[in-house]
Amino acid sequence: MNMHLKEFIIGSIKLLFQGSKAYWAWVSTLLILIAIGIVSYYGQAANGLITTSMRDQVSWGFYIGNFTFMVGIAAAAIMLVIPAYIYNWKPIKEIVILGELLAISAIVMCLLFILVDMGHPERFWHMIPGIGKLRLGQSILAWDSLALTFYLILNFIIVSHILFRAFRIKDYSRKYVIPLILLSVPAGIAIHTITAFLYNGIAARPFWNSAILAPKFLASAFCSGPAIMIILFQVLRKTTKLQIENRAIWTLAELMAYTMFFNLFLTGAEIFKEVYSNTEHRVFTEYLYFGIEGHNKIVPFGWLAIIFDVIAFVLFLVPKTRKNFITLNIGAVLIYLGVYIEKGIGLIIPGFTPDVLGEIYEYFPSTTEILVTVGIFSTGFLIYTLMLKVAVPIILGEFNYKKAQ
Amino acid sequence: MKERKKILHPHRSIERRDFMKWMAVGTASIAGLSLLSSCDSDKREAFFQDQFKELDENELKAVLERLERGYKKEYNADIEVNATAPMDHVLFGYGLDLSKCIGCRRCVYACVEENNQSRNPEVHWIKVLEMEKDKGADLLHSDVYYNPEQVPEEGHFYMPVQCQQCKNAPCVKVCPVEATWTEPDGIVVVDYDWCLGCRNCMSACPYGARKFNWASPEIPQEEINIHTEYLGNRPRAKGVVEKCTFCIQRVRQGLYPACVEICPVGSRKFGNLLDEQSEIRTIMKNKRVFILKEELNTQPKFYYFYGT
Repeated sequence: MNMHLKEFIIGSIKLLFQGSKAYWAWVSTLLILIAIGIVSYYGQAANGLITTSMRDQVSWGFYIGNFTFMVGIAAAAIMLVIPAYIYNWKPIKEIVILGELLAISAIVMCLLFILVDMGHPERFWHMIPGIGKLRLGQSILAWDSLALTFYLILNFIIVSHILFRAFRIKDYSRKYVIPLILLSVPAGIAIHTITAFLYNGIAARPFWNSAILAPKFLASAFCSGPAIMIILFQVLRKTTKLQIENRAIWTLAELMAYTMFFNLFLTGAEIFKEVYSNTEHRVFTEYLYFGIEGHNKIVPFGWLAIIFDVIAFVLFLVPKTRKNFITLNIGAVLIYLGVYIEKGIGLIIPGFTPDVLGEIYEYFPSTTEILVTVGIFSTGFLIYTLMLKVAVPIILGEFNYKKAQ
Repeated sequence: MKERKKILHPHRSIERRDFMKWMAVGTASIAGLSLLSSCDSDKREAFFQDQFKELDENELKAVLERLERGYKKEYNADIEVNATAPMDHVLFGYGLDLSKCIGCRRCVYACVEENNQSRNPEVHWIKVLEMEKDKGADLLHSDVYYNPEQVPEEGHFYMPVQCQQCKNAPCVKVCPVEATWTEPDGIVVVDYDWCLGCRNCMSACPYGARKFNWASPEIPQEEINIHTEYLGNRPRAKGVVEKCTFCIQRVRQGLYPACVEICPVGSRKFGNLLDEQSEIRTIMKNKRVFILKEELNTQPKFYYFYGT
């Protein structure tokens, strides 16, 4: 076994329990929110999914929307990996590990969103290949679960290898790490593409059954993922000694402007097709942006997503607003919210409204769904916080086997 | 010819004999096993139970007995759970005469009673859609909650929709754990003990045929149908998907589905697609049938037609 494992574990635990007042306030807030989520989930588990607003007409809702969004966040970690390792671009290279840790937290959240959406989460073992009966032949969901698990393990191996080597004051093994990192690039694209195919392949739902879905998923994910990183980099360079150059942040923002353009372009192409061809399938787009016969609960969200995306696109495109940290941060928040609404509400719900027999059931997440979602987000934030608490000192060389002794 | 006879002249005695056999086995096993095993071991076995098609004869027998024990406890009723094999050379098909249906919804409630659907919250495997004659068979403008003094309503016609038992079933394709599949006699079934409740099949079904148990199903004890099939009408638990099985517990005994039997105007037809003399094949030969959403290539075995 590896040497210094004991020091690593003990030292890490010590690190987790040292922190400023702000750290403790943050962690305890998260713990309270997690507790609220658990209590809400307990109610759901006891009484069934009837505690959600989902029904036979709209059989997937907020949980699956959040799942989809988080897959995008996880996939976007590769946005940092590509320039850092392939072009050996220094300003990003040290911080790429933060992106990978984000991916790990995001995938854990994805799996939690799937678990809380299941009628029988205790039967998850039916999906384990060899033990259960995972049906890889034709089921996209089976492939998706496999891809997500693979991506989680892959990122975990890369991160733990790099960090643990650094803890032992050794360089990571390029021989092992570089191929794995190169593999994580197609794997990141794969998880989001497969997740898009999950909806895309369903002919019964014309709103999803469009070839534009997978490219749009990637485009929007490559905006929302870096939006988190931009905010996070600023927090980290204020609260730790981690040096992150402005240049790295601005480059990310510039890339985001292009991907956001592409996202908006695809959205526009989709709306054109529906409106101009004016077939019966237009009704789903109509429900999202205009409502049908007074059913208009999600209409404000449809427009908010577009407005947020457009404003952020302009802010990130113009060099002056991109390099001003106030407008940059406004843009990052808007992009995050825009994509979150687009995936969390604008993708799943209109796909089911009206349902396959033309019935309109107006879905809006119930209190249980919202509280459980808050709980899962808090769990993700907590996992990320705790991982950063150990990882950042290692990156900075403040925490290694010598200093831990 | 033989098949047709079976369908038109059901042999109840076969069903009864099976029933007696299972009752005997059930009673003996309950007596024996209740001494040996506690409810906890039943729960443990339920948790580790394999998918239906993976069970060998002995395992299946044990599963069915355990289920009967569980239902006895839960519903205080002697429910028999069978696992009848499909008949050879039989492929079930359904016909629905749109010119006859009056929208009375007797089929909806006969189905609920026969198949032990939850009364609270209400689960209906059949939906009857009211259509305006002006618009034709237009799903988008149909109404499932019509409630006039009397049916049929002036200027309207009715289109019942239930599982279309597709040959190319999208619901079966998407299931990640093979908790649902097409049986050799063409019936799409669900293993309620293997279903994860992920509801991917519900999003994939173009006919809204699949229903989820959003809460624990409630059935009044005196209304429970005790003649059940593992892959059919046995009581379900919360958190699993269910659907029309053409009344698998009846049709595999040579009986008509409950909805066919109850229909007061004879708009519902049923039979063996492989038998040229069957009612369904006669309809296909002499009437012009159509299927719902043919552009999706689901290839339903549920045919709509206008008899007059």
